[in-house]
Amino acid sequence: MLILNHLWIIPLLPLLGAAANGLFGAKWKNRVVSAVALSATGLSFLAVLELFREILEKHPAQPWVQSYFTWIAAGTFRAGFDLQVDHLTLVMLLVVTGVGWLIHIYATGYMAHEGGYYRFFSYLNLFMFFMLILVLAANYVLLFVGWEGVGLASYLLIGFYFLKKSASDAGKKAFIVNRIGDFGFMLGMLLLFRTFGTLDINTLSGMAKDVATEPLGQIGILTASCLLLFMGATGKSAQVPLYVWLPDAMEGPTPVSALIHAATMVTAGVYVVARSSFLFTHAPTAMLVVAIVGAVTAFFAATIGLVQTDIKKVLAYSTVSQLGYMFLACGVGAFSAGIFHLMTHAFFKALLFLAAGSVIHAMGGEQDMRRMGGLAGKIRWTWFTMLLGTLAIAGAPFFSGFFSKDAILFAAFRNETAGRLLYALGLGSALLTSFYMFRLMFLTFHGAPRFDQHHVRVHESPRSMLAPLVVLAVLSLAGGWLAAPAMLGQGPDHFAEFLKPVFETAAAESAPGHAALASGGEAAAHSLELTLAGVAVFTALIGFVVAFWFYLRRPQLPEKIAAGAPGAYRVLSNKYFVDELYAAVIVRPLVWISKSVLWQSLDARGIDGAVNGVADGANALGDRLRRVHSGNTRSYAVWVVIGALVVIAVIFWPQLRTAAGVAR
Amino acid sequence: MTLPLLMFFLLAALAVAGAVSLILARHPIRSALSLIVVMVALAGLYLLLGAEFVAMVQIIVYAGAIMVLFVLVIMLLNAGEEERTNLSRLAGPPGLLLAGALAAFLVTAAARSGQFIAAGGSEAPSGAVSTRALSGLLFREFVFPFELTSFLILVAILGALVLAQRENS
Amino acid sequence: MVPTSYYIILSAVLFGLGIVAFVFKRNVITVFMSIELMLNAVNLAFVAFSRALGRLDGQVFVLFVIVVAAAEAAVGLGIIILIARQRQSLNVERANLLKF
Repeated sequence: MLILNHLWIIPLLPLLGAAANGLFGAKWKNRVVSAVALSATGLSFLAVLELFREILEKHPAQPWVQSYFTWIAAGTFRAGFDLQVDHLTLVMLLVVTGVGWLIHIYATGYMAHEGGYYRFFSYLNLFMFFMLILVLAANYVLLFVGWEGVGLASYLLIGFYFLKKSASDAGKKAFIVNRIGDFGFMLGMLLLFRTFGTLDINTLSGMAKDVATEPLGQIGILTASCLLLFMGATGKSAQVPLYVWLPDAMEGPTPVSALIHAATMVTAGVYVVARSSFLFTHAPTAMLVVAIVGAVTAFFAATIGLVQTDIKKVLAYSTVSQLGYMFLACGVGAFSAGIFHLMTHAFFKALLFLAAGSVIHAMGGEQDMRRMGGLAGKIRWTWFTMLLGTLAIAGAPFFSGFFSKDAILFAAFRNETAGRLLYALGLGSALLTSFYMFRLMFLTFHGAPRFDQHHVRVHESPRSMLAPLVVLAVLSLAGGWLAAPAMLGQGPDHFAEFLKPVFETAAAESAPGHAALASGGEAAAHSLELTLAGVAVFTALIGFVVAFWFYLRRPQLPEKIAAGAPGAYRVLSNKYFVDELYAAVIVRPLVWISKSVLWQSLDARGIDGAVNGVADGANALGDRLRRVHSGNTRSYAVWVVIGALVVIAVIFWPQLRTAAGVAR
Repeated sequence: MTLPLLMFFLLAALAVAGAVSLILARHPIRSALSLIVVMVALAGLYLLLGAEFVAMVQIIVYAGAIMVLFVLVIMLLNAGEEERTNLSRLAGPPGLLLAGALAAFLVTAAARSGQFIAAGGSEAPSGAVSTRALSGLLFREFVFPFELTSFLILVAILGALVLAQRENS
Repeated sequence: MVPTSYYIILSAVLFGLGIVAFVFKRNVITVFMSIELMLNAVNLAFVAFSRALGRLDGQVFVLFVIVVAAAEAAVGLGIIILIARQRQSLNVERANLLKF
């Protein structure tokens, strides 16, 4: 029961690593810094494994909560440093520490020649700490601490090359856009506190059982708080309309993109929605909004990814799109499918980013795919692992992505309210995903080299970078097999079973979909699932074929199409001008207001004027009053008399009044 | 018009005349002498009020010592006639007005305060008794302020000595 | 008997005259004497009230006032002598070093 009784070990280790590297790392050799960082994360991962074993063996009460100390106690509000573990937490912990550790290993190779090595690992460990706090938190307040903390770490890491203006701008953009979402999150928390009097997740879960489900179309308290929490999730998980920071975040080093902007931080929003499933299932309107936003984002981002030329940007938009899938799943009530996709996505997206980093490293820093090509033979390991990742994301059968994506599409299809639309968007996104991912593969690795082979010496990455790639590739392939038995009709979906206790209420009450299951019987549902799976595989195949045709057989074709539809091409490659729209509508007016109104008028003239005015007034008054000190004794005498008069008048006032009254 | 009342008006008129003379006199020695007249008149008024001891003290100490001191200083400093007082612009009219107002206040207040004070007063107690009673009061209830005043006089003596010293050094 | 308020009125008049003298006279010794006049006026009021209330406290206070006036006169005149020697003048208006 070691870890169960000492849950704090898990987040503490990375915090110590961050502190050690941050305070002393500047004087240490790279080897020492790596050792500290890797052992901090690695030990944390081992602790999680041990925790997993203990939970499976001991079956403690679910969820298992450890309260360490009371952080805030104000009136009736109490928030403690409470950590909890249930099966959902375990899944998240395994993903965060496991994938996180692999990426740490990769980073030791990738960042080997960079300045600020110790700083990088300090920030990376700091991020791990906050992410673990987020995942382990048993109340929304502590969760929010982790939420904000990962935002901070993201800002620090995106702007790691802070001397580069685009990088520091991207860091600021990420933080500020996140803040907008956080505002919604805080309002949601406040609303929950106001309604229920507590922000402890388990207490709320118990209370929520007694609350009536709000009907679709009505926005009651629960729906409002869910929508507000979701607003925070849109910021952190880069959904429409707050996704704009993620593509810019590619300014950070590639391991950062892999860890934070693919596998862990951006999934925090999905985690929060899943964790709050007991609230969402009582607010169908909110769930519908989540599903629609997710589906729309998935499609929208995929369209942008079609024409991007920077390898990391393609992956960034792909991340936004896949996150949309996860929200789609949660929105239709398939919370475990959403978490399942979260896990598989962590595997293959981290793999894809790390492999892209390997390509960039091999190309000596080149990130534009138009200047790549023909690399397959030269960097075989990178190519092969990236291929596996691509197959996974496209949904090739038996790869992890296949199982998770199909679970989502299946659940979407059966949604009573908007099933057809959601399914159409989901399927369309799958088609586009397959297309642009294979486009990426073909442009990068195949065809004739489009760069100067004399100047760029393509070399394979060191083992420290390749080993994580291999591990992740294996996971991308096999990670979905937990759910395989269900699909093949040979047994239960182990993953869903594992998460069942967490989403029990959710599964029971998410009426849409399960009615179909109940009525049609299992066999009918199962054959529908297989049919849909087949359709998905078919669309993925179409995407592959088209990409093959466009980029290998007829390389001039894409340019001709782009030339033929210049307007559409411009819109897509400029990301629908969303950034420009925001800048014009939001940023510029705000800056103008800050400058002209608040700064110049209010602050400079108003407040400074008032303060200076008081000083000037005191000055003027003093100037007038000093004339009393004339040095003329007799005038002093007059003042004395005046004073005496005033005092006497005050004392005799009542009698004088009666005197006046009588005299009249 | 009873005798006491007549006496009062005489003495009062004398006092006021002395005060006015103090104001109008140009030579300070005349002002000093006017003030002595005022004090003597007041001593008479004290006698009228049955405060014999106070009246005696007034004559002996106030008129007899303090005013002598004033006269001494005036002669020592050879204070001459004062210049013609032209009412200064600052203090002139307002000053007169103020003094008048002050006086008016006080007079009205005094007139109005009839309800507090029994019209007239009780018969003056016999002389011996009143002085004895006064001394009893002074040395019993007011012994502390009495000692303080002796201390005050000591301080004044020392102060005068110090001031006198300074001119020699 | 003489009504007490008569004494008070007389006291008030004398006090007012004292103030007039205080404000308008230029010789510093005369100003000092006007202060003494004011004190005397107040003494009169004290004694009158003492008589009216039948208590002797007023007279005791008068004694104290006289003592204090004596002390004040002694020290004050000492100071005046010094200032007069310094400035060669007894004009109150000449002592205006406290001017702003």
